Amino acid sequence: MVFKVAVLAILRNKTRSLLTCLGIIVGIAAVIAVLAIGKGASTMMLNEISSIGSNLVMVYPDRDRQGAVRTGMGSGQTMTAADAEAVKRELGHLVKYVSPAVNASTQLIRQNHNWNCRVSGVGCDMPEVRNWQVAEGRFFTEAEQRGYSRVCVIGATVKAKLFEGEEDPVGQVIRIGAMPFKVVGVLAAKGANGWGLDQDDLVMAPYTTVGRVLVRSKFKSINMMNVSLHDMKDLEEAKREITALLRQRHKLPGYQDDDFEMRDTTELMATMGSVYSLMTVLLTAVAAISLLVGGIGIMNIMLVSVTERIKEIGLRMAIGATPFMILSQFIIESVVLSTVGGAMGVAVGVAAAEVIGEINHWPITIEVASTVYAFLFSAFVGMFFGFYPAYRASKLNPIDCLRYE
Amino acid sequence: MSHLIEIRDLTKIYAQGAEPVHALDGVSIDIDEGEFVAIMGASGSGKSTMLNILGCLDTPTGGSYRLDGLEVAARSRKELALIRNRKLGFVFQSFNLLPRTCAIEQVELPDLYMGRLSRRERRRRALKLLERVGLGGRGTHTPAQLSGGQQQRVAIARALMNEPPVLFADEPTGNLDTKASVEIMKLFTELSGEGITIVMVTHEDDIAGYAGRHLVMKDGKLVKDDRRVPRGGAA
Repeated sequence: MVFKVAVLAILRNKTRSLLTCLGIIVGIAAVIAVLAIGKGASTMMLNEISSIGSNLVMVYPDRDRQGAVRTGMGSGQTMTAADAEAVKRELGHLVKYVSPAVNASTQLIRQNHNWNCRVSGVGCDMPEVRNWQVAEGRFFTEAEQRGYSRVCVIGATVKAKLFEGEEDPVGQVIRIGAMPFKVVGVLAAKGANGWGLDQDDLVMAPYTTVGRVLVRSKFKSINMMNVSLHDMKDLEEAKREITALLRQRHKLPGYQDDDFEMRDTTELMATMGSVYSLMTVLLTAVAAISLLVGGIGIMNIMLVSVTERIKEIGLRMAIGATPFMILSQFIIESVVLSTVGGAMGVAVGVAAAEVIGEINHWPITIEVASTVYAFLFSAFVGMFFGFYPAYRASKLNPIDCLRYE
Repeated sequence: MSHLIEIRDLTKIYAQGAEPVHALDGVSIDIDEGEFVAIMGASGSGKSTMLNILGCLDTPTGGSYRLDGLEVAARSRKELALIRNRKLGFVFQSFNLLPRTCAIEQVELPDLYMGRLSRRERRRRALKLLERVGLGGRGTHTPAQLSGGQQQRVAIARALMNEPPVLFADEPTGNLDTKASVEIMKLFTELSGEGITIVMVTHEDDIAGYAGRHLVMKDGKLVKDDRRVPRGGAA
């Protein structure tokens, strides 16, 4: 019954009720919109990481040493294509793909165009291992890899540098260093990675061909291998097994350190995770402040309302409202205002997030849990900030109220 | 023991300033069921204090007050509110209707606090009461759309909602013109004729003339208590 009384009192003054809600509407809408955009941004970051490749372990040979001077990662010559093949053969239960990589940086020439970029000798599994899509033509095949074929797949940047706008690169021949290679496909653009490096500025060819004709290593050494696991759960076990296998193949005695290193994407994930939690803390602080301001707005209006409606309170007491009923009425009014404001804020926030995402082409992720929390919190705000005005109203003396002018 | 209202040696002392003020100084009155009583007196005579205590809006400093056989002199705020809700109806000089609220909802209000009737019954009773005070068909009007006399009728209908045995009226015609005052007093006379006890505070002699009993107060004391034939009594 008191609930009905409170709702009737709210509906009696629609403009003031809406204005009272406004603080909460804006607060909740801001929280919902910012959370949705923030969550979308972190999804985008995770996608970025997974574009490096899923379930990936990268194995590098130990760094070469020239006397005491250590050189860059992958410069050692201790790891060979045979190692990569052995990993694939022996650890098939853990490993899905193994793609060795041999890198060279060489001049590319086609007619009157030339360009210099990274030439990656990779395995035919590379599209699966590192999430590359082929936009035109095809990737090279295992047969071509085994046959030391002079075929290559070019990145979008390379295509733009070597070919005129409308030209179809597939089937054309380009020179890599001194050797002619046939272009069999063009990779779909990945764009710059998180560190600003253009990922499309490369040429991929079979590692066999690159090793033999471009690098001409007599040890058939490779710069790294990309190992793609069936499941990230097996990461630790896979690392142990790869270590054991490579140590055995390299005939390392127990006292000697590994002559290779391993990297995986979990560290990167952890960094991104900490960035995301920092963002969440900041957003929560913003949310708390805006809701606090909204709550103070409600308290302010409710206090004014108690003074303004003092004769009404007197009348309600005269016709039989107990102090508890008056208290309940004002708390319910405040809670109804704040929850209605909260619901409207959720709607406005979701709409705003969608519009902002649409305009900026940002991915938007709206979590049901966060909207429910925001809504419940708005109810709590109403209760908390409505209590003091309601308590004051319930303590009023009916005679003074009725006589108040 | 059969009196509806029974007060004995009622005192009310306000401890304002240096000297305490005796607003009521040992008043004893009995009012029976169905009586129409006018309380009169000059400003400051204690008649408003008297009505507040009788109406359970205020508690006396001393003495006893039995309403319908129940001692109510020392009750909590909550108990007084429940007594007001169930046993008393109020009509005020300034009507005290809720702004922007239609007449039906005004009349329904006391039952919303009591919760005795179902929604349908409540609505039906409110419409019947509006009919009773001559406002049938105006149930959806807000106070701003009603004249002073009509607003006071809505207030009377509201006071009758919970079927109280006693109706308290504080200068009910103070804000009304003569014509409307006469109509309201005729309505009171009719209600009195139906057995409702009415206690009214007024300072106008011709308004008091409608009541069958006059209590005159001066300096917190009852100075005159006489019964007479009321003006509209025959009607």
